[in-house]
Amino acid sequence: MSTSSATQGGFYSRIGIQGVTLVLFAGSIASYFLFPEHLALLTQLFVLMVFALSYDLLQGHGGIVSLGHAAFFGLGAYAAAILARTGYNDPLLGLVFAAIVSALVALVLTPIIVRGNDFTRLLVTLGVASLVYEAANRMRWLTGGADGLPDFEIAPLLGLYRFDFEGRTAFIYSFAVFALTYMFLWRVVTSPFGLALRGIRENARRMPAIGSPVRRHLAVAYTLSGGVAGIAGAVLAQTSRFASLDMLGFDRSAEIMMVATLGGSGHMVGVSVGAAAFGWLKDVLSTVSPKYWQLGLGIVLMLSVFVARGGIGSLLDRLRFRRSA
Amino acid sequence: MLLEIEGLTAGYGDAVILEDLSVSIDEGKGLAVLGRNGVGKTTLIRAIMGHTRQFAGRMKWKGEDFSSVPAPDRVALGIGWVPQERDIFRSLTVEENLLVAQRPGRFNLDSAYELFPRLKERRRNLGDRLSGGEQQMLAIGRALMTNPVLVLFDEPFEGLAPVIVEQLEHAIKKLRSEFGFAFIIVEQHAQDALALSDHAIVLDRGKIVHSGTASELLADFDKTKSLIAV
Repeated sequence: MSTSSATQGGFYSRIGIQGVTLVLFAGSIASYFLFPEHLALLTQLFVLMVFALSYDLLQGHGGIVSLGHAAFFGLGAYAAAILARTGYNDPLLGLVFAAIVSALVALVLTPIIVRGNDFTRLLVTLGVASLVYEAANRMRWLTGGADGLPDFEIAPLLGLYRFDFEGRTAFIYSFAVFALTYMFLWRVVTSPFGLALRGIRENARRMPAIGSPVRRHLAVAYTLSGGVAGIAGAVLAQTSRFASLDMLGFDRSAEIMMVATLGGSGHMVGVSVGAAAFGWLKDVLSTVSPKYWQLGLGIVLMLSVFVARGGIGSLLDRLRFRRSA
Repeated sequence: MLLEIEGLTAGYGDAVILEDLSVSIDEGKGLAVLGRNGVGKTTLIRAIMGHTRQFAGRMKWKGEDFSSVPAPDRVALGIGWVPQERDIFRSLTVEENLLVAQRPGRFNLDSAYELFPRLKERRRNLGDRLSGGEQQMLAIGRALMTNPVLVLFDEPFEGLAPVIVEQLEHAIKKLRSEFGFAFIIVEQHAQDALALSDHAIVLDRGKIVHSGTASELLADFDKTKSLIAV
């Protein structure tokens, strides 16, 4: 088999855990002990991180812009909630179900996503997300409409660990999902398929010259990304025991675009840190001023363009090079 | 026959560049395509790869018509392309540029590094931090990673220092003896191309004006030059 730079070395480097990633994982675990009062917030941050990674696979690696990625997040959330309400409330089963539902919907949409350019993709994804939102709004019997889906129970994790009031199980659950997603996506982006995605982003016209089927690759990336976004949504629905329309909404789609930009698109650690920073900042600002928090967020985002062009990811890279120089 | 082209008429949009062109190449043989700028040499390569509009004629691969095979799948047939623009992916490292094209077969990363040790030294460099010669080595290495039976070289020596050209020629010869692939080489430097090839065709305005063995064209190079300069 191949001996790529990414696949060489030990087990940990094969799953992407080295250097700055190790710090990210250690920090995530440490947050459990450092902020035991804020486990619910931390859980939400992990959800946002998974969602951001799914979007980054699409935009940062495949170069597919989307203004409707929350559709898959929300589909995953509703899928997990609806399944739990029917009585099949094992959390892992819910995750798998949500991933399948979201990935299938993404797969169905691929023919209209892979053709066209960035601009048409923005319109198409925006349109599709609006349709999904409106469908969820109308189908009250299934989704609870504007009231959302509140009352469902989630069975103990692995049949052992009850989702407790303090959110300890939720924390561990969401962190585990994040960690596994990260390692999985790391393998994907460093595989020949992942390299091909980056090649497509850089020069799609030339990919057929090396026998790379551009549309098929983009379709796979879109489907995969949709599935992972569905997992993120499912974790949020399961840990908050709630699924609602805002999980599908345009705000969430726009937010994840901002997160990817802040984190540094195409940089998995950067995007993860960016998601955590964004979620935390949003929480802090809305505590400081429930009315004007969006103003603060906007200022930070604008400043980030000047301070950290290329996002947190490029900051991290510069730090690393300085250290090793 | 490995590749047979019969009465090919091809071009872009409504423009016809190649007219009623017939040529064939056997397994393990080298074909030089000579001619001035703009006579359709690159178009011939692009037509074989499926990047032109084919108006008429047939292209057969091991006896089967592949005119309707989509461009990316032609690589799977066993046709490798070293484009004139080289088209190195700048955001990928040297090694990633090679791996992205990898298809199963005898030629792998180690073969590429053995062929061009320079690439091994530069394996972690990004594609945009390479000299022209290194880029060409990488473009050749990347095409070979698809494990082709036929390699199409489009002006591989263009703009390179003579010493680099020599290195590349040596590499192509070595590859032929070790891996035994056939190739088509399009070159302005007729002498270099002929020295590598078995057969040659001279194109003018999209048509073949001369066809013969490379050695006979080399032996009477003054006549060859006049053919090309028509």
